[in-house]
Amino acid sequence: MTATIPIQEREDRFQGYRGTAREALERYGIGVWSEVEIVNDRGSLFKGVILPRSETFDDLHIVVKLFNGYNVGVVASRIREARETGYKKAVYKIPEKAFPTDSRKKNVTLLGTGGTIASRLDYRTGAVIPAFTPGELYGAVPELADIANMDTKKLFGVFSENMGPEQYIALAKAIGEEIARGCDGIVIGHGTDTMSHTGAILSFMVQNSPVPIVLVGSQRSSDRPSSDAALNLMNAVRTAAECDIAEVMLCMFGPTSDNYDLLHRGTRCRKMHSSYRSTFRTIGATPLATVSRDRNENGQHFTYLTDDFLKRDKKRVPIINPSFEEKVTIQYYYPNFNPDIIDGLSDMGYRGMVIAGTGLGHINKPLYPAVKRAIQKGMTVVMTVQTIWGYAQMYVYDTGRDLLNLGIIPMDNMLPETAYMKLAWVLGQTDDPAKIREMLLAPVNHEITPREPHNGYLVLQGGLPEVEAFIGQHWK
Amino acid sequence: MLEKLDYQSAGLISGLEVHQQLLTAHKLFCRCPAGLYTETHDGEVLRHMRPTLSELGEYDGTALMEFKTKKEIIYLLNHLNVCTYEMDDTPPFLVNQEAIDVAIELCLAMGMDIIDEVHIARKQYLDGSIPTGFQRTAIVGMNGGLPFRGRNLTVTHLSIEEDSCREVSDKGHRIVWRTDRLGMPLTETVTGPDLKTPEEVRDAILLCGLVARSTGRVRTGMGASRQDVNVSVRGGSRVEIKGVPKAGYAVKLVHNEAVRQVNLLRLKDELNRRGMREAKDIRITPVDVTEVFQGVDLGFLQRAVRAGGRIFAVRLEGGLGLAQFPTQPETTFLDELSGRIRVIACLDEAPIVLSGQQMPEFAARHKVIERLRRRLHMNENDDFYIVFGPEADCRTAAEEIRLRYVDALKGVPQETRQALVGGFTTFERILPGPDRMYPDTDSPPTRITSERVEAARARMRPTPWARFHQFGAWGVPAETTSFLIRRGGIELVDAVVSLTGADGLVAAIEIGQRAKSLKRKGIPMERLGAPEWVQIFDLFTGGRIPREAIQVVASHMARNPGIDAERAVADLGFGIQPREAWSRELQGLSMEDYRIDLGDSDGKRLRFLAGRAMRQLLGKAPAKEVADYLRNRLNQEAGR
Repeated sequence: MTATIPIQEREDRFQGYRGTAREALERYGIGVWSEVEIVNDRGSLFKGVILPRSETFDDLHIVVKLFNGYNVGVVASRIREARETGYKKAVYKIPEKAFPTDSRKKNVTLLGTGGTIASRLDYRTGAVIPAFTPGELYGAVPELADIANMDTKKLFGVFSENMGPEQYIALAKAIGEEIARGCDGIVIGHGTDTMSHTGAILSFMVQNSPVPIVLVGSQRSSDRPSSDAALNLMNAVRTAAECDIAEVMLCMFGPTSDNYDLLHRGTRCRKMHSSYRSTFRTIGATPLATVSRDRNENGQHFTYLTDDFLKRDKKRVPIINPSFEEKVTIQYYYPNFNPDIIDGLSDMGYRGMVIAGTGLGHINKPLYPAVKRAIQKGMTVVMTVQTIWGYAQMYVYDTGRDLLNLGIIPMDNMLPETAYMKLAWVLGQTDDPAKIREMLLAPVNHEITPREPHNGYLVLQGGLPEVEAFIGQHWK
Repeated sequence: MLEKLDYQSAGLISGLEVHQQLLTAHKLFCRCPAGLYTETHDGEVLRHMRPTLSELGEYDGTALMEFKTKKEIIYLLNHLNVCTYEMDDTPPFLVNQEAIDVAIELCLAMGMDIIDEVHIARKQYLDGSIPTGFQRTAIVGMNGGLPFRGRNLTVTHLSIEEDSCREVSDKGHRIVWRTDRLGMPLTETVTGPDLKTPEEVRDAILLCGLVARSTGRVRTGMGASRQDVNVSVRGGSRVEIKGVPKAGYAVKLVHNEAVRQVNLLRLKDELNRRGMREAKDIRITPVDVTEVFQGVDLGFLQRAVRAGGRIFAVRLEGGLGLAQFPTQPETTFLDELSGRIRVIACLDEAPIVLSGQQMPEFAARHKVIERLRRRLHMNENDDFYIVFGPEADCRTAAEEIRLRYVDALKGVPQETRQALVGGFTTFERILPGPDRMYPDTDSPPTRITSERVEAARARMRPTPWARFHQFGAWGVPAETTSFLIRRGGIELVDAVVSLTGADGLVAAIEIGQRAKSLKRKGIPMERLGAPEWVQIFDLFTGGRIPREAIQVVASHMARNPGIDAERAVADLGFGIQPREAWSRELQGLSMEDYRIDLGDSDGKRLRFLAGRAMRQLLGKAPAKEVADYLRNRLNQEAGR
């Protein structure tokens, strides 16, 4: 869009520019989105558009997107001439196309939390513009229309790491409302960093769901040709529309290849790699199912890996229980962990603490008095294992038995993050110690499992001949 | 034999994009070793490329989306040379500063202005050659030039980028790439469109290569340097010939492309003459004609049908004979169609596409053609094409035939063409514009201070033209100087001249010519570095060995790594003897075996004797003194 606004009236003229770079923009009567010709002290001519500058960059350079597509930073001190030849402000807009509806297809609601699951790219700045409304989604991932009818609701716009109690409660309520409106499944677009945390809390806040509730995101942003976003979204929407599992699940890549997604139970899932596509793993169990774009040998999109799940039943009435106690913490034990930390938390009125202990669930003796004081002051202290896999079994060693005597509650094989969410949820409902203990230890949805299957722990070691043979024969 | 073309009147212009791998220890955006190639793999990844929305919010052409999303891309991984970065499962690490420094040196060698703050951009590639779907690239320098044929060859800019995968196979809907080369630092030097003939293109490629080699910081060998050549004629369009492996190949490739463009412009006129001016004038009808070919004895059709495919006939209204229109020498417009169909519709079983005018021989041919004409409601001036394979691909192919004719209305479509053996090219992809570039939000910019530029300048080796000047003054032939620059011997000459005081011409000839011919004979002369050559020339300038012994000592050292020149001389029994000693050895030297010819000059007899003498005295006497001695003796004999 070309709109020539007098330079002094352009609000974003100096966007991100400070210091000498900003002075140069002022001196030559140019600014962000100016099409310019800049000549430096060696007579080199830069023709392009001035881009906004990141606030975190220095204050010496002006960023020009050259007409050949490359960006360069021109140091202000070397500029000898500069003039505006045009003005072209970027317009961030994604075209909408009406999402086609088909009465024979299931109705899926997409709830947005702020993660960008579908987007378009601004080629000048590299900025990603989220696609969210059904029309925008259809413009970005038209295949969705072959799967289901879509309705979307943007709940908030926060990064994954900024999700918190306020959002969890709003999300649980929104899910309740969408179910009441009769949708066939719910998809929640979510950043991946805390997706499993949200999966865990929603498993407690929304129970007895009649339909699938599917969290989805992407590890490579949707503006990239190689992104996992579109495939994840298609699979998540299909899961919401057609899958038989009416639980809170995460739908993310199984292998790093564009092959199939895994459906993970919200209480048993964890992000295990900072950047791999196949980062989410079910811990201490197998995933619930695989879902793929293509049909399997039985003509199905889903391959169920267990039949131990809550079946879809639209007549079932969900229980929405959005309770959350904010004064809860999680502490990762390490040698030299200082008892002051526990005393401090207890003095600050913390009502619950999850410890991720070593081995079977241990901390060292110097912490005992502090733990004892905390429990006496009413803090609920629970033990999980920082090994991630396996049970807290505190009766095996004296250390563990001592801790049990102090009143620490072992959480069996509940994941530390899941235990955090459950403790916050339980403490949000009661302060009766007996009731707290009872609720914590009664599994809501497999956060504690009585048995760990032998294939629930598979961390293969590269380099071993048998593993290399396996890797060599499968898409990673 | 090249078809004649007057390049000047055709308005041929050409420019280069020279790709040069840099000699760094690691790749550009990760810590994997660079230059470690493997032919095996221990892991595979499957991916697809999905076009992202363009500036206008639309996918880049429906055709692009159709075929690209249907292509399975397989990456072969070897843990020795790739990590999770190449798999696109880890964001980039900070850009390799060694590579930036080499790029700066290259820029300075071409007189360029160094960019103050280098920004990484992403350049989209959807063919799978890079797993991310884009290449990370950044301009490091601009506004340079090279002295070329008495004028200035503009060097527009130099960018540093990550190298792409190596293609293993591309069959149907599956393309396989090896990832070892992926991510290696590469520079792309872009010249202005200043080249006017195929020969100029060749010479410019050689010059760019020489400049790169002169820095001593680039990789050499197969694939270390590749060039794309941009070609257009007046009225034509920029066509990029990709992957020209050697300068010499450029001559025919550029010529053929010029001919192709001139012919495509003629085809445009012909289309216009037939009333085809706009897209709507190109009317095609694809019809499934599988049953018409039932029982026809053509293996490729039978195979396609057996595999579940179909046979489609595509009628082109008013298109009679257009497929036979010549394009490159010995090729026709049908090859243009087949190139597009192969790449975009993924139909790659030969002959890919047949034209109604050129149906192969088979039994009942006449009857089949008649039935086709009826099925297609053919008019006299129409033509049809046959494609075969999976139905969806046949339909894509039909659409590609239409699109290629629509392009033909404009003359020459902008495209990237792959260089083939024999100087021909074939369609590779539609040439993407600057729209495919956008900032890489994963990487911070790198500030290049003037101190850093000056430090690079101080490190720089002399430019080729400075070398030609210096060595030329010593009397060294330009070809030898050029060889020394390209093969890295020039620093050896520097060391020898500065440390031993040897004559520059002697050092250059011995290292640049004589050692080269020994290497050709299979002697591992590359084992000798500056210390070894300095030792050898020390003996020579110190009068311990004659010049003739230099290569004998050098090859002895090359064959026996670890021994020094003193030891080599001792092994060989070399060492200049006093005149009395060696002249005594020549007492018995006779003219035996010399075929007497009365017309022979004294000079010839002298050379015969000297040759015999030097074989006997190798390493013990200076050749010049021996010659003087023999000349004397011959004169005495003659006088007797």
